[in-house]
Amino acid sequence: MKLLKLVPDDTQIGFVRWRFVGVGVTALLVILSVVGVMTKGLSYGVDFAGGLEMQVEFQNEFEIDEVRGLIDGLDRGASNISEFGEGNAISIRLPVPESEDDEAVQRTVSAVLAALETRYPNAELLAQDVVSGKVSDELIRDGILAAVIAMIGVAAYIWLRFEWQFGVGALIALVHDVLIALGLFAWTGLEFDLNIVAALLTIIGYSLNDTIVNYDRIRENLRKYRKMKMIDLLDLSINEMLARTVMTSLTMAIALGALLAFGGPVLFGFTLAMLLGVVVGTYSSIYVAGPVLLWLGVGPNSFLPPETGNAERVEARS
Amino acid sequence: MLDLSRTQIIGIWAVLLLGVLFALPNALPQRTLQSFPGFLPTAQVNLGLDLQGGSRILLEANRESLFESRLEGLENNLRSELRRADGGAVSIGDVSLRGGTLSYMVRDAERVDQAVDISRQLTTAVGVTGARDYDVTVRDGNRILFTPTDAGNEQAVDAAMVQAVEVIRRRIDELGTREPNIIRQGADRIIVEVPGLEDPQALKDLLGQTAQLEFKMVDVDADPEDVSRGRAPIGSEILADMETGAPIVVERRTLISGDQLVDAQQTFQDGQAVVQFRFDSIASRRFARATQENVGRPFAIILDDAVISAPRINEPILGGSGVISGNFTVESANELAILLRSGKLPVELQVIEERTVQASLGQDSIEAGTIASIIAVLAVMVFMFITYGRFGWYANVALAFNLILIIGIMSLLGATLTLPGIAGFVLTVGAAVDANVLINERIREELRKGRRVIDAVDSGYRLARGTIFDANITNIIAAIIMFWLGSGPIKGFAVVLSIGILTSVFTAVTFTRMLVALWFRRSRPKAITI
Repeated sequence: MKLLKLVPDDTQIGFVRWRFVGVGVTALLVILSVVGVMTKGLSYGVDFAGGLEMQVEFQNEFEIDEVRGLIDGLDRGASNISEFGEGNAISIRLPVPESEDDEAVQRTVSAVLAALETRYPNAELLAQDVVSGKVSDELIRDGILAAVIAMIGVAAYIWLRFEWQFGVGALIALVHDVLIALGLFAWTGLEFDLNIVAALLTIIGYSLNDTIVNYDRIRENLRKYRKMKMIDLLDLSINEMLARTVMTSLTMAIALGALLAFGGPVLFGFTLAMLLGVVVGTYSSIYVAGPVLLWLGVGPNSFLPPETGNAERVEARS
Repeated sequence: MLDLSRTQIIGIWAVLLLGVLFALPNALPQRTLQSFPGFLPTAQVNLGLDLQGGSRILLEANRESLFESRLEGLENNLRSELRRADGGAVSIGDVSLRGGTLSYMVRDAERVDQAVDISRQLTTAVGVTGARDYDVTVRDGNRILFTPTDAGNEQAVDAAMVQAVEVIRRRIDELGTREPNIIRQGADRIIVEVPGLEDPQALKDLLGQTAQLEFKMVDVDADPEDVSRGRAPIGSEILADMETGAPIVVERRTLISGDQLVDAQQTFQDGQAVVQFRFDSIASRRFARATQENVGRPFAIILDDAVISAPRINEPILGGSGVISGNFTVESANELAILLRSGKLPVELQVIEERTVQASLGQDSIEAGTIASIIAVLAVMVFMFITYGRFGWYANVALAFNLILIIGIMSLLGATLTLPGIAGFVLTVGAAVDANVLINERIREELRKGRRVIDAVDSGYRLARGTIFDANITNIIAAIIMFWLGSGPIKGFAVVLSIGILTSVFTAVTFTRMLVALWFRRSRPKAITI
């Protein structure tokens, strides 16, 4: 049987040799992302913005402008109405009614439904969420905290398992990945909610997966080829792992692609963020995590014990 | 690597068999499960609210109101203690509850020390550190201050929350919904999850009321003109009628409070829905005496500071039971009966987050998630097979067992599957084969170097292992942080991800190695296609 081989044997692509191209692209993407986040901002979902969100499904055709008119006619504060799913459902966002009365929310929900039913008798409520400002502030804080702790945590682990330069390299690659993911959400205006934070954390985990696989091979080769120039050694290592990198990224992309196409509207943003994370994470483990080692002066002696030191550990891993 | 002992092989199969056993109930209808003998597992994976529909409400205690009512209680105790001491010789004035502290003035300077002693005895110890719940200090020579301590406040909140969870549980159980989930979160919050409940208002109605029931005498001597200006006579207060909002003046002194009820039921009287109640023995005697003394006067039945009704006492009520009639429907009378039975909430709770998913959306999500998972698994399997042939096939068998193991472990742990959890499932599929990709690529590499087949396979497994371990640890770190900081659905995602990472290392490395080893033993191949 003839088996599929996506990457030919013994590729010699000058990834690190041509790193300036990669660095240029990277810098451009990161700057674009930062600019996007700064100027356009993230469109927070109800988790982070707080408020009342209703998801309503229509059986027939509907005009979103007409829906907007119906809702605004109720005078319940600034509304934000967007379509989601396969074009037959909308999400309506309104401020939380300011009233001590605990039935105020329910009255608003009923009023909205009644207004919609005057034009669309089959409109059906799918879900309703109410998040107070206090909770949304906490969710934002926890989200940022989780991302920062995760990045520092995994970078610290790499520092322990490799050397400090590798930890720094991994951290820079992670910041790069997260920034670009945020940039995507800023530029596309896709809703940024709690699920997206989970996706970001997953990106952190998997981007690192790739970085570690490459680092492992770099370390192995550093011990094997003591005289090789660092640039060549990095390129050799990345090329050796290229078949695996492509293969794994593809299986991940296949799985996530199925989820994106068939997983329904609720998971769309979540899956998209992760799919992007796979692409960016693969890219960064080659173009960011590798070159950083070069600049931080990793060389054949990085894994030699200063005097006698941890020769045991080196032995055990080779 | 080929020298796998018989014990190891049996062990590996045993783990997989257990996985299948624990996962099996999820594929069977409830009826079949009930006919299972007792030693077989029957637990299924729980579905999160986003998949089965239902309401989730996050409540927060109103700490200020709790502290305020504690201070009021303290004031009552203080007054009665001072009255008892030396026949009321300690005369006080200018009692203030402002600024969260209780303070009062002792009129007679000689009595200050005695008042301080009495005050100190009213405080209680908190924990084992010797701290008290209030600090008692003297200011300006004759003003005594109770300042609540942080430890005292925290203990009060804690005690109130423990009790509140119980009250909520009783109230929701009365609703008759299935398997509500009531969890204390942090110091002053409670999460209430009710699967299948699509109308959150019913739940909020039940939780929003403290249900403090009181019986007080109506003050009939109050001057109507003062009342209309909002001024009540000393010792009385103005409350509003629940239906009409009209002011009613009642005595501050509580005749009987709701804690002294032993039962409350909705029933009918003259075709009207009413709530029938029964007092405990102490309250029965007290109520009997009060009604004997006050025939002809009205008393007020008060719920959460609103007057439900103010009936006239026509004759002494001696039996310790009675009915509350008002403008009730069957539902509202039943709701009140539930509230009274479950006892009052020790603290006011506010809804700060609520999420409701209709069952139809949940059903759609399950269907979409299932289809996506099946397609993802099949596509990855085909891809693995055409890339690695026999070795890809082994990876696929491992993948199938991996998914079964995840379901089995989730059933065993009673973990909850959420929609992001299904995404975690799909993601695990992509990630689990990564271990096999690493191994197989390494074998290809070793073969290219011209090593013997058996050595190449051996070093493929041996050399890839460290990398696989490191790469998975980082994912576990991320998943743990998600579980720690995330809420509902994200926790569900983190659970699936962590379990999936652990099982995938077992199936993708240990199990496939066994399959390869058994094949080598069987057919001793001279060359392999990979």
